[in-house]
Amino acid sequence: MSTTTPAGTTATTDATTVVGTPLTFEEKRHARNLGIAYIVLAGITMIFLTGHSGTATFNLDAGRSFGLPAQPLAWFVAASLAVVAGIQLWRGFGKWTNVVLAMASLLIFMSFLAWAAAGREFSFIGMLASAVTFSTPLIFGACAGIMCERSGVVNIAIEGLLLNGAFTSAFVGSLASGWPGMGPKSGFWVGVLAAMITSALFAWLLAWLAIRFKVDQVIVGFFINFFVLGLTSFLSSRVLTENPDYNDTPTLGAWKIPLLERIPVLGQILFRQTVFVYGAYVLVVVFTWFLFRTKWGLRTRAVGEHPRAADTLGVNVLRLRYRNVIMAGAIAGFGGAWWTATLGRFNENITNGRGFIALAVVIVGRWHPVGALSAALLFGLFDSVADKLSLLNTGLPSEFIKMTPYLMTIVVVAGFVGRSRGPKAAGQPYESQ
Amino acid sequence: MTAATVDGSPAAAPEQKPKLVAFFDRIDAYNNLLLPVLAIVSALIVGAFIIGLTDIDRLKEGDIGGILTTIKDAYVALPTGALGSLRGISETIVSATPLILAGLCFAVAARSGLFNIGATGQMFAGGMASVWVGFTMDGPGIVQVPLALLAGIVAGGLWGGIVGLLKARTGAHEVITTIMTNYIAGLLTLWLLKTEAFQQPGKDNPVSKTVSDKGRLPELFFWSDDPSLRAHWGFLVALAGAVFMWWLFERSKIGFELRTFGSNADAARYAGMKPATLTTLAMFIAGGLAGLGGATQIIGTQGYATESFAGSIGFDAIAVALLGRNKPVGIVFAAFLFGILEAGGRKMQLETDIPLDVVLVLRALIVLFIAAPALTRLIWRLKSEGSTSVLQFRGWGA
Repeated sequence: MSTTTPAGTTATTDATTVVGTPLTFEEKRHARNLGIAYIVLAGITMIFLTGHSGTATFNLDAGRSFGLPAQPLAWFVAASLAVVAGIQLWRGFGKWTNVVLAMASLLIFMSFLAWAAAGREFSFIGMLASAVTFSTPLIFGACAGIMCERSGVVNIAIEGLLLNGAFTSAFVGSLASGWPGMGPKSGFWVGVLAAMITSALFAWLLAWLAIRFKVDQVIVGFFINFFVLGLTSFLSSRVLTENPDYNDTPTLGAWKIPLLERIPVLGQILFRQTVFVYGAYVLVVVFTWFLFRTKWGLRTRAVGEHPRAADTLGVNVLRLRYRNVIMAGAIAGFGGAWWTATLGRFNENITNGRGFIALAVVIVGRWHPVGALSAALLFGLFDSVADKLSLLNTGLPSEFIKMTPYLMTIVVVAGFVGRSRGPKAAGQPYESQ
Repeated sequence: MTAATVDGSPAAAPEQKPKLVAFFDRIDAYNNLLLPVLAIVSALIVGAFIIGLTDIDRLKEGDIGGILTTIKDAYVALPTGALGSLRGISETIVSATPLILAGLCFAVAARSGLFNIGATGQMFAGGMASVWVGFTMDGPGIVQVPLALLAGIVAGGLWGGIVGLLKARTGAHEVITTIMTNYIAGLLTLWLLKTEAFQQPGKDNPVSKTVSDKGRLPELFFWSDDPSLRAHWGFLVALAGAVFMWWLFERSKIGFELRTFGSNADAARYAGMKPATLTTLAMFIAGGLAGLGGATQIIGTQGYATESFAGSIGFDAIAVALLGRNKPVGIVFAAFLFGILEAGGRKMQLETDIPLDVVLVLRALIVLFIAAPALTRLIWRLKSEGSTSVLQFRGWGA
């Protein structure tokens, strides 16, 4: 309908029957694009009809499993997508749009997995558990990003802050384990503390250059990434390779939470993880509470949206920005230590662009900690799917699976799924009058 | 509008100045010469501290003299390694060539108000297109080489143009989309290099077929038959790219519109320019330049494609463009400086055991001191003078 009706003012009567309020031209185009997207996705699902057939067995915990027949599922998913596309183009789903989209994505995903694992066994729960693990540094990085951007400072430097966290925690952690009265475990935590402090210092540098000297925040962030990459690579080849003792920390084992870990399925996914994973969840809860329920949060958001107004009401804009950016640095430093905890050592450029993904997570999560958590889990899921499917040898190049999150980010940022709008004052230096 | 107001200075005939002073005024010596030089000196000083403080063995012995000698040796090895021999100069040129083109890529976008981090991906696109032309065609070099370069320009331009189009149509911020397209291009390259169409027969690792000899860019030092002189005509292509950018922004109508759009998007819109077209066009031209850089890397330096032929060039180029203040001449000089650091750094690594990575640190520091002229002025106790046109990009919203 929206394809045929001219986008004039007279079109409101028929377009509003479902939703109740008049749709703007933008929203109509949006709804139409989504409908077309469903048709395309239905077409893609048809690909899953080719090649493999048979039933995919997905293993859960404790010997339980469930099977999905690949081809019938693909038929079912393709057909339901076609129906969904029809409804979307005909009248739209109104407030259910996003729910339908999520359901459709889940169906496609399951159909894809069934196709990839057809006739074989696949550790479903292992995939979900490692998705949670992989998403951890993204959550820390994204929370650091949100904290900066909500207070009006664009932080491209998440990558550098994470990388510094990884290096410092490995280096200081190894050093400290040799100190009197210290073991490898306590030494590791000293390293984590050092990582938080040094990343906070780099974040302070970001704030100082951006606020005091009004250097463009994207350029400062870029400089910090560049500088940290150079410095940690330099130090690692000059100091760490010659002294392997300085690059040797214990890996952190899983810390099973009593009782909760016994919950079927969920227990293994969520409650047999490292402290970093739990830390990420605590951070999201605490951060959300602080951002939306406290005076600090209100002020932070005000400073990010309209610093002049906040200033007029007596908020010290620059001090708040300094403080938030430095805190964000500490969070990112802690997140960087995740690599050390997982691998027990530092390698050059170990973060390998995860900080940039965290930046995308901020935007896909719409500058909200809970949104970022979901987005990070999604990115983690794709990482772990690519990881597990390389074992299955499906014939599908792993490059394409790895590519999916990047494509998805573009889709989200381009607003095909819904416009994502950042804090208004992000990126602009503030000058008090 | 009358001629007088366009001219900007209708009153008083300009006073006569000595020729040399007038020359320095015209090129804005303070911002274009003094600040970059001070930035480089500042970076070298900080770099010296970093080299010294990481010399753990000597620090333990308290051998300050030894540390100073190491630093001196390193900083002597840098220029001599890069410029002390014909081979060094050749290597400097080899490093500088793609940096010039990728730097121009960043600068074209930056002067149109776009922060293009996507040079890496655009180089991948251009390089892969040119390697395909290079190994499938078997014509005379005079046809094949320009065709491969053209393929590089078009592929890189389209890859960049997508980003521009997305920005124009949906407002997707180019910083995010270029980071993502970089990853996508890298993964596509890796995948292509494993396909039958591209992969070199008999190889397990992702390496493309080799470009035929006729399809390679000729050597720059053609009179010498020393095979270690790798410099090629890609350097001339890069210089031509710089001339093109100068022409674009100083002489062409499109360039004028791009510049206007870059410095004030609202003004451009009110003047009847089309922001959507300009954004896409700017990214197309920028991508084309980076794609050309990828092509010279393939049919000039390497002769075949690997999964990392764009390396970190795309990122280094941002530093090059910032150092060159987004002007073609500045970029050529800055790329040369970075080429010197790269070529000299390898000799330094051999002679002093200081890892090549220190070059990364120096580059980052140079970017810092260039991007924060106020900081450099503070360190050197300089007074502010003239326009300090610090780059300013638009926030997420715009």
